[in-house]
Amino acid sequence: MSLLALRGLTVRYERAGVTALDGLDLDLARGETLALVGESGSGKSQVALAVTGLLPPQARVSGSVRFDGTELTGLKRPALDRIRGARIGLVFQEPMTALDPLFTVGHQIALPLRAHRGMSRRQAAARAGELLGLVGLRDAAARLSAFPHELSGGERQRVMIAMALAGEPDLLIADEPTTALDVTVQAQILALLADLKERLGLALLFITHDLRLVRRIAERTAVLRAGRLVETGPTGRLFSDPQAPETRDLLAAEPAGRKGPVPEGAPVVLEARGVSVAYPGPRRWLRADAPRLAVAGIDLTLRAGQTLGIVGESGSGKSSLGRAVLRLEPAAHGLVRFEDRDLTGLDRASLRPLRRGFQPVFQDPMGSLSPRLTAGEIVAEGLRVHEPHLSAADRDARAAEAFREVRLDPAWRHRFPHAFSGGQRQRIAIARALALRPRLVVLDEPTSALDRTVQRDIVALLRDLQVAHGLAYLFISHDLAVVRALADTVLVLRDGRAVERGPTDSVLERPREAYTRALVAAADLAQA
Amino acid sequence: MSAAATPVEDGASLLARARRRLAGDRPARAGMAILALLALACLLGPFLTGHPYDRLHYDYPATRPSLSLYPRPDAVRPALDRLALRMRVRAEDVAVTPEAVRLTLVADKPVDPRVLTFFARSDTFGEARILGRAEDGRRLTVEAPLRRLRFLAGTDTLGRDLLTRTLVAGRLSLALGLLATAVALGIGVAYGALAGTLGGRIDAAMMRLVDILYSLPFVFFVIMLVVFFGRSVALIFVAVGAVEWLDMARIVRAEAQAIRRRDYVRAAEALGLSTAAILRRHVVPNLLGPVVAFAALMVPRVILLESFLSFLGLGVQEPATSWGVLIADGARSLESAPWMLVVPAGFLVSTLLALTLLGERLRVALDVRA
Repeated sequence: MSLLALRGLTVRYERAGVTALDGLDLDLARGETLALVGESGSGKSQVALAVTGLLPPQARVSGSVRFDGTELTGLKRPALDRIRGARIGLVFQEPMTALDPLFTVGHQIALPLRAHRGMSRRQAAARAGELLGLVGLRDAAARLSAFPHELSGGERQRVMIAMALAGEPDLLIADEPTTALDVTVQAQILALLADLKERLGLALLFITHDLRLVRRIAERTAVLRAGRLVETGPTGRLFSDPQAPETRDLLAAEPAGRKGPVPEGAPVVLEARGVSVAYPGPRRWLRADAPRLAVAGIDLTLRAGQTLGIVGESGSGKSSLGRAVLRLEPAAHGLVRFEDRDLTGLDRASLRPLRRGFQPVFQDPMGSLSPRLTAGEIVAEGLRVHEPHLSAADRDARAAEAFREVRLDPAWRHRFPHAFSGGQRQRIAIARALALRPRLVVLDEPTSALDRTVQRDIVALLRDLQVAHGLAYLFISHDLAVVRALADTVLVLRDGRAVERGPTDSVLERPREAYTRALVAAADLAQA
Repeated sequence: MSAAATPVEDGASLLARARRRLAGDRPARAGMAILALLALACLLGPFLTGHPYDRLHYDYPATRPSLSLYPRPDAVRPALDRLALRMRVRAEDVAVTPEAVRLTLVADKPVDPRVLTFFARSDTFGEARILGRAEDGRRLTVEAPLRRLRFLAGTDTLGRDLLTRTLVAGRLSLALGLLATAVALGIGVAYGALAGTLGGRIDAAMMRLVDILYSLPFVFFVIMLVVFFGRSVALIFVAVGAVEWLDMARIVRAEAQAIRRRDYVRAAEALGLSTAAILRRHVVPNLLGPVVAFAALMVPRVILLESFLSFLGLGVQEPATSWGVLIADGARSLESAPWMLVVPAGFLVSTLLALTLLGERLRVALDVRA
């Protein structure tokens, strides 16, 4: 008999008119790992919420969720609480927001122990220490008194897993547990989950949008799209012989192809020498701590039509370097030349007219568009500054042109940003940059917040635009697959220093440095 | 592709869209109607109630609200007796009709006709006429019309018509509430958004100034103003406005600080927008939500703050009045004359409700997601 059985599970949001899950049938046996794969909006997280009774009150649930013989739908609070947290553990995507910043991790792990297992304070603390050891946190006993902000992202996720394990569950639901983490940490967390499952005989429901992770961890895989199950089967078979077109689409979503060579004698667009970014240290009484060096003396040269990929884990200084090049970083030092102008030492006012030549595209397509301006206003905004002679109608026409260029329907430019999907927003952000006809675009993780299939389209768009306009790209990403598809040369950053640089293929195929090798290994690049 | 010809529901900028949505929004229209009605009543009402707001009715202290006319038939005789006592005469052969009273004044000495002015001075009767004399003027037959009065909302302890007073008070309170809030809103949003957006030392300096102004005791500040400029209603506006913008500036600054770190502000800077344009186009539109909510709550606070000033003798002075003063008076006579509290408080609460409703709908209208 299966441990968890979903039968015809349907979740509807009546007021929004959305069917999040539509008649889902799924089984999970004891000790088995099932991966639930789908793009954002496919309803995969709704499954986790439905099983743990955490759906928002306006959701209408029908069908059945049976856990070890107990029907969970419609179960009331006290009975439900004896199961979730105790027999079903849940790990969320974002360990920073899932942990309470005001309490030590020891306290937070001890809570479920005392609630579900009736342990005394002392027993719970001892057990919490054991659990932290179990999830492989170094120096576990000492870490009990640490606050969440004192831990790294990977450590926080280990704490979350320890909390989920505190009740000694039979089933662990992990909802995108590694998405917010660096690739090397991602690999460690996956290994930990696989190991825990083996040792504790857990059943694992692993929810992700990233098919590459699935292959490493899951015995069976179920593919969701628009709330429906499109295919389910053993993971190996699913990869070698996908039946549903949706599955094939997901599998083919890895960005493919290589960038064409830079034309001979292309002019140098950007030249940077010894760029450093030093953030002032935390201020203490009467003195400040030593400044923290986020970027330490980086040199860059970028020609028209060339893409330089900047690769590194979070905290390596990639984004600071991008901002420094754009002169958006007040804490930056060093020499930056754009075409024939030296930007060093120019103040804000004298920089303003030059800014149209170098434009940014940011990672988060939600946060980078002003929510109360229409998409058309956002795209045309730079023209107000740099071509003030344009009439409103001319500006609008230019916005429409930029929309067509990023393959968006120009009629949509009267909508506000929230009405667009993530990929569409990123296109708007690209259109905003392009409307000024820049020569250099700094792309700061432009595809990281997007689904794989959307990512593929954005990569293709960026490539086409580069050819059409001879753009130079500074492409910042932690995602080696995307970098490989877009960049001519790669610069690997670690702690603000250049670890390795060279042509993309040679760096990613034959990394010289140990750090680069670790990155490449963790990224698990499919041969392409 | 003729994109411009495509009709789109949301095809306008934020403000035009908000205006159109508000106009089509039933609760918002109700809120605006209530406010307009209140303002109109306060402006024109005092001319229609038939009572001057400062007229004292000694015969009707703390009269409860009613539709009926005063004096009541059974109250005429006691009123006459009181009057006769003051005129040092006896009232005989009293005949009361709904319109007038006819009686004979009797005294041991001839009655001096000048005592008849007592009739006109009372609240119950009008000018008395002499109908006839007898016994050498020791019996004087007179007729006095009854003064027919109606106190829809009752009277206060001094017998002044409460409705008239409340409406007159509303002129000051509404003007003060709306104007002082508008001033505080303007200064506070501009100052706070600027400080939050510029950040760094400028922000620190600007906010320290706010802290210094905060730490000035309010009453001390008002007394200083009174010493320098004398007592006037305009001074209340200045004093209240000078204090209330501080709160607004703090709220707006915190909000602006959060917005400044957003990528869209960074993108705007990269586009080459000036700080002023970033403030106008990106920062201020995105902090309107909490500002609108706070402003709707500021109006009643300002109205009550004025009553505090008036209580200290620094605000409006009798017989002029305001809702805050009326409510404070009403609270003191709550047990004997609850309507003195209920009537002005009712006006204040209606204003508050209308404003909150309007503020909430405005916030929704400004929200592009809704």
